[in-house]
Amino acid sequence: MKEVRIHGRGGQGGVTSAELVATAAIAEGKYAQAFPSFGPERRGAPVAAFIRVSDKQIRTREKVYHPDIVMVLDPSLPRLVKVAEGIKDDGIVILNTELTADQVRETFGINSRLAMVDATKIALEELGLPITNTTMLGALLKATGIVGKDALFEALEKRFGRLAEKNKAALERAYNETVIA
Amino acid sequence: MSKRVGIEVSIAIAEAVGLARAEVIPAYPITPQTHIVEHLSEMVANAELDAEFVPVESEHAAMSCCCGSSAAGARTFTSSSAQGLSLMSEVLYIASTMRLPMVMVVANRAMSAPISIWNDHQDIMIQRDTGWIQTFAENGQEAVDLTLHAFRVSEDRNVSLPIMVNIDGFTLSHVIEPIELPDQEDVDRFLPPFKPRYKLDPRRPITMGPVGIPEVYTEAKVAHDMAMKKAKRYILKAWNEFEEIFGRKYNPIESYRTEDAEVLLVTMGSISETAMTAVDTMRDAGQKVGLLRIRLWRPFPGQEFRRAVGKTKILAVIDRCLPPGALCGPVGAELRSLFYKIPGSPKIFSFVAGLGGRDVTVERFEEIVDKARAFAKKRPRELYEVIGVREK
Amino acid sequence: MANSDAIVGWKTITFGCHILEPGNAANFRTGDWRSQRPVVDKEKCIKCGMCWVFCPDMAYNQDEEGYFVVDLEYCKGCGICAHECPKDAITMVPEEG
Ligand code: SF4
Ligand code: SF4
Repeated sequence: MKEVRIHGRGGQGGVTSAELVATAAIAEGKYAQAFPSFGPERRGAPVAAFIRVSDKQIRTREKVYHPDIVMVLDPSLPRLVKVAEGIKDDGIVILNTELTADQVRETFGINSRLAMVDATKIALEELGLPITNTTMLGALLKATGIVGKDALFEALEKRFGRLAEKNKAALERAYNETVIA
Repeated sequence: MSKRVGIEVSIAIAEAVGLARAEVIPAYPITPQTHIVEHLSEMVANAELDAEFVPVESEHAAMSCCCGSSAAGARTFTSSSAQGLSLMSEVLYIASTMRLPMVMVVANRAMSAPISIWNDHQDIMIQRDTGWIQTFAENGQEAVDLTLHAFRVSEDRNVSLPIMVNIDGFTLSHVIEPIELPDQEDVDRFLPPFKPRYKLDPRRPITMGPVGIPEVYTEAKVAHDMAMKKAKRYILKAWNEFEEIFGRKYNPIESYRTEDAEVLLVTMGSISETAMTAVDTMRDAGQKVGLLRIRLWRPFPGQEFRRAVGKTKILAVIDRCLPPGALCGPVGAELRSLFYKIPGSPKIFSFVAGLGGRDVTVERFEEIVDKARAFAKKRPRELYEVIGVREK
Repeated sequence: MANSDAIVGWKTITFGCHILEPGNAANFRTGDWRSQRPVVDKEKCIKCGMCWVFCPDMAYNQDEEGYFVVDLEYCKGCGICAHECPKDAITMVPEEG
């Protein structure tokens, strides 16, 4: 079983990212859960969402304490939130950042493996909006293979209809531009 | 063919209510039940569901409206949580003794104060004695299945009682997970149209809800109590029919790895899934631990529970509700009275955990089992223990 | 009110305590504890029917001539009709004994 924690800000669509991955994994015949950090949400405040994906039935309702994967949608968040908290030793942190791996390690003190992409730039160019939730899924795919691209694209189409194409393009670009270190 | 989809549990419940062809849905939104009624109102607005959605001004009005619609012979659904459910309270008693079939999904939530929107079972335990049939779901699939089952049982002429299906707020209501959404044809087969014993009909006027003078009140209440006891048979029968059509089997008490167990955990609702994982972990470590999950809470299936306990000597009962000043939590009290003075009965230890959204983890279940074993050797001073509470 | 003739056991009490016989309130003689009763002065009465409208026990019936006549089996003596009558045609008089 793989556990994912997504950090974003209220309104950035972190819950939607979680939903897309979970529904795609379920469509592939796997088991999955996606859920928000329970409680009231404020636009702009740091929030988290969670995913579990497994080949077997998932029998837990615990919160995610020790994620395998952490995905951060907003470049400013690692300054405010301990994004790597509780991450497994072999875990990976996927960041939306313009920084290099060395800069990330130095500035935020993250020791885990890293996957990095400038998702804000890609989202602005491809979607015209600095909303990175679908773009960052490209980085997630590249870094982890937690779900297949076809299933994820299908989930995007179901969720976004006409807008899916642009999101797919952004996702594809992020996939190609993600650096793993 | 049913289809397996990744879907939020609340949305799946709304879809199940749609498949059940509910006719009247009076509801007032409250966290964490909101997504259920929101989705139902969308389904009605989009003409996907041919029902009357009544956006009432309070939960009290919602339940009153449910009584009217059920009395008029309409298939009736509503949903609530916590303070909202409490506002319904006086009308809940009216619905049940008047034998009005209806289904309510309760997204269980803590009672304020302090203000809490998070999950525990305080809200439903307050309504324990309202004379409604009460079931508990452990996951999204069960939430859907128990909702369909509830319509079938509630409207069975041998039962004619309202039913609450309990799902844990947030922990279930807000989770996206795989759920088999049944086929309309199968649901129609399982759920015949609602034909009440009596209904309000101007062509054949009757009076519902008259005064019960002291000479008849006791008889009316005993008749209700007897109807609840008799209902168990039809609840089980409907689960059997459910299995025949949908292939999933439900029991009033579910056992998990109880063979030769020295300690049995007793849970209700979604923590049961984590408890199963805890049992697996403890079994792997060589501990003889099992789990009983109470699915049917009212009418309480005493016989089935005793049978499920078998020869096990220690029960660790978890209540998700702390009634101040009581001897112990309601589930603990129920089981203590079930076994009182029965020769060879197990030692029962009562624990309170998972209040107001606090997680009950695998480690917590291990702690509970350790404590129960210790208590069996040396009797604890108190009749219950609150797990994970800080003193300072 | 559940009919006191129908005092029964829990096995035989009606389903949901419903009253299955319509209009059985007629069986209750609400007039038997009256302390005063209305008397209509036909000289003053204009047959407007306000007494009939306001009587909470529906004790008034209209006769062939159009006057409203009180049925003392059901009149509880509340005096509402006398209060509402626009012509002061109704007087409340004490019941004897
Ligand atoms: S209210 Fe007075 S005037 Fe009118 S019908 Fe009755 S008694 Fe006559
Ligand atoms: S006194 Fe009261 S009960 Fe009697 S007829 Fe007048 S209004 Fe009706």
